[in-house]
Amino acid sequence: MLRLSKINKYYAVGAHRLHVLRDVDLEVGDGEMVAIMGASGSGKSTLLNILGILDGYDAGEYWLGDTLIRGLSETQGARYRNKLIGFVFQSFNLLPFKTAVENVALPLYYQGVSRRQRNRVALQYLDKVGLADWADHRPAEMSGGQKQRVAIARSLITKPRIVLADEPTGALDSKTSDEVMQLFADINATGMTVILVTHEADVAAKAGRTIRLKDGRVEDDPIAQAG
Amino acid sequence: MFSLDRWQEVLSTLARAPLRSILTAFAVAWGIFMLVFLLGMGHGLRKGAETQFADDAANSVWVFGGTTSQPYQGLPVGRRLTFSNADYANLRHLDGVERLTGRYFPGSGGRPFGGSLKVRVGAKTQDFDLRAVHPDHLYLEKTLVKAGRYINQADLDEKRKAAVIGIPVAQFFWGSTDVIGRSLEIGGVSFDVVGVFDDEGGDDGELQMIYVPVTTAQLAWNGADRLNALLFTVGDKGVAETNQLLDEVKATLAERMRFNPADPQAIRVRNNLEQYATFQQIFWLIELFVTAMGAATIVAGVIGVANIMLITVKERTKEIGIRKALGAPPLSIVGAIMQESIFLTAVAGYLGLIAGVGALTLISKVVPDNDFFGEPQIDLRLALYANVVLVVAGAVAGFFPAYQAARVSPIEAMKDR
Repeated sequence: MLRLSKINKYYAVGAHRLHVLRDVDLEVGDGEMVAIMGASGSGKSTLLNILGILDGYDAGEYWLGDTLIRGLSETQGARYRNKLIGFVFQSFNLLPFKTAVENVALPLYYQGVSRRQRNRVALQYLDKVGLADWADHRPAEMSGGQKQRVAIARSLITKPRIVLADEPTGALDSKTSDEVMQLFADINATGMTVILVTHEADVAAKAGRTIRLKDGRVEDDPIAQAG
Repeated sequence: MFSLDRWQEVLSTLARAPLRSILTAFAVAWGIFMLVFLLGMGHGLRKGAETQFADDAANSVWVFGGTTSQPYQGLPVGRRLTFSNADYANLRHLDGVERLTGRYFPGSGGRPFGGSLKVRVGAKTQDFDLRAVHPDHLYLEKTLVKAGRYINQADLDEKRKAAVIGIPVAQFFWGSTDVIGRSLEIGGVSFDVVGVFDDEGGDDGELQMIYVPVTTAQLAWNGADRLNALLFTVGDKGVAETNQLLDEVKATLAERMRFNPADPQAIRVRNNLEQYATFQQIFWLIELFVTAMGAATIVAGVIGVANIMLITVKERTKEIGIRKALGAPPLSIVGAIMQESIFLTAVAGYLGLIAGVGALTLISKVVPDNDFFGEPQIDLRLALYANVVLVVAGAVAGFFPAYQAARVSPIEAMKDR
């Protein structure tokens, strides 16, 4: 359902052109949980940005379901991000002045859902991550694990096609990391496609499939090798 | 497009930095306050000066006989010129002369200005100024008849002993203004009161006055056919046309009285229209100046708002990035910033407007009535302009920060710093 073929991406660095992604091919099926690993500078963040429609690419094709993601206007990009993709970030990226329930409800604001309705839905999702009691607390009053669970609830509220997680356990201790990873596993078990970027092997091990990037190339993909 | 949600977002953003919001708002409020206050004061000055002119018709020209300074057709220098009924009749036929009246001052002893006569009712006696006039004098002096009527053509034709008296005159003799039909003795001649008047913009001097028909006065006080002054209005003519008409008037007078029309001393002229035009110009300049000052103050306020909004956008870069990642379209970001800016300027501006109007009201209450300053206020039209200016100013102030916000890249914004 998600297919990248011969994706190439360059960055201009001064007079030079940095070739960040080289002919990346990738296919992720519905309901898969995939980990993308790679050293710093391997291009894994760039790949995640392209997958999340936060960044464009220079050559190749990116299909998300039946939609070709290419040459979108900012407004179209925003709409696809809102409808098709859920984001979870390393630094949580919650709005500090909003309560947990307001943070979770935010994506629905951009779908024009009424405040009452979206807060009601947001409360259900907070309940799913076990934080219904924390609905009216602000992020500053929560632990890292709690914040990340709020962020996960926020990523799920629009019922996206995929959830993209960028180093979701990077700021958490190992015990909390395990809890968060368990939450991802539970979400994946409901049929949600999850793609996470990490450099921690034990986190990647929780995913069904691990793709290794090196110097902008897919170095190791069990499925591609099998195919 | 009204959206309660959007408003809640905007209000909560402003409330997050209350001191900054208030200080920013103050800059705008101050600008509008200054604009309103200065314009109101300018208006007051103008009103004050206008009352000085309101006494007499602004489009009027007064001519008085002078003394010749140039020999003409063999006649010597230094002749005193006095108008007569014939001059009145000649000017009547001039095109462009709208309202025309002569003035004869029975009590002046031949001088071209006022003069009083002894007036008696029963045992009460007092000197009052007397003017013998034609019916059109009503319009030249902007006399307001409060009771009865003014001098009319029948009074002149029949040389009736009719008098129109000022309110203070009626009050002095009878302690009332309900005095139509009463008699009074003016300079030994008995007259009947046919009207009581007030005077627009007139001071007490204009009201301590008695008007009588010019023909009656000429007969009663040995005036023959003399007139001391001729006054006329020129309709809606401009300054240039009025001066042209004045030349014709001089030529007409010169023909009968035989003086050089170019003689600057022969006829003395008071051209109210020209004075009024000069005065209008001065006040137009004052208002222009005041408006420019007020506008400059508003511009300073707007720049202040834009500046603060830019800082706000800078501070909120991360928030904007997160919102974009979660699917906020650029228009929504731009709209929110613009709305914030317009809201801030509009509310602050209204407060400034109210404060300005309040200050003007206070001043008009505190400053006593006088001839140089009156009714400091701004008209509704100007208040509406100010509203438009405020919204436009808010939009302008918000545009660049909003543009800046729309360009925020979510990837860059969300990077940990």
